[in-house]
Amino acid sequence: MAIKVEHEVHERRKGRNFGVGALLIGFIGLVFALTVVKVLQLGDARQFENFDHVARPAIIPQEGDTE
Amino acid sequence: MTDMSVQDQPYEAGMGDYFALMKPRVMSLVIFTALVGLLVAPTPGHPFIGFLAILCIAVGAGASGALNMWWDADIDAKMRRTAKRPIPSGRVQPGEALGIGLALSGFSIVLLWLATNALSAGLLAFTIFFYAVIYSMWLKRATPQNIVIGGAAGAFPPMIGWAVATGSVSIESVLMFALIFMWTPPHFWALALFVKTDYGDADVPMLTETHGRDSTRRHVIAYAVLLAPVALGIGFTSIGGYVYLGVAAVMNAWFLKGCYGIWRRDDAAAEADNYLVERKVFKVSLYYLFLHFGALLVEAALRTTGV
Repeated sequence: MAIKVEHEVHERRKGRNFGVGALLIGFIGLVFALTVVKVLQLGDARQFENFDHVARPAIIPQEGDTE
Repeated sequence: MTDMSVQDQPYEAGMGDYFALMKPRVMSLVIFTALVGLLVAPTPGHPFIGFLAILCIAVGAGASGALNMWWDADIDAKMRRTAKRPIPSGRVQPGEALGIGLALSGFSIVLLWLATNALSAGLLAFTIFFYAVIYSMWLKRATPQNIVIGGAAGAFPPMIGWAVATGSVSIESVLMFALIFMWTPPHFWALALFVKTDYGDADVPMLTETHGRDSTRRHVIAYAVLLAPVALGIGFTSIGGYVYLGVAAVMNAWFLKGCYGIWRRDDAAAEADNYLVERKVFKVSLYYLFLHFGALLVEAALRTTGV
């Protein structure tokens, strides 16, 4: 017996399912592209690391730093 | 496959039916005016952020259209023009329209906030609220001034576009808002005069029904007169210029002349030539809005190229 179950509703809703799938993939693409743009707009590479969730002593300004 | 015949199946709504809920034709106007508001702003942003912002504004407008169709399904079913809409024709269930409207409203507002700023997202949220609640649920069935106040919802997009680019509201964006706001009543009432509507059957108070057609004619000229200084005023702000002023002068003269014609005649004269003047003014009103915003784009392009 075939494991795949076919039902007429699969055929009937095919267009709608593909449409929803395309919308979701498109949405993921938009959020990803937005993330890329936002991160690149930060400019200074060290700011990327500010989003890390772990304390990073290396990026904390030290005494004597010129900045 | 089962043996059930096709006739036994309930109609399955496709993507096109859901898309129709979003009033694509209204959406195209929203996209155009929001894009102009964004492009004429003095601070150029990242093109992708701009694209995403316009998409969010368009989807937000579509969401409010879906909420409007959900609430107004009873009215739509009674009028010929709207009886074929997805809900009254039975292709989409009311609950689906409500769900789509709410979900897309949330997505568009939050994404616009993340992509741009809180002001733009707040303005978009207010626009959706204004159209779906203040206009559709409250004013549309309560007052013949529904068109005037409802027009505000259609006037917000350029202001949102401007807020996306600048993060603020200024005289330029307020005047772009005012241009669409003051343009909507004469545009719509010119249409109402020559289209035999069945708003009466649906108990929607339209000015032509509640105050009569002569009163509607007076309203058309009054709003056209009030519209002209707003339209010309934009020409003296930072987004205006000689090209815009030239277009505005010609279009306002043309529009005023047409509206004067509507005011000077009565229905007997209009019946005689099958509402020729009213039809013409309606058509001119479409050019009017398109050319005003188009001229603003030209001015922006001239500024960018340094002419």
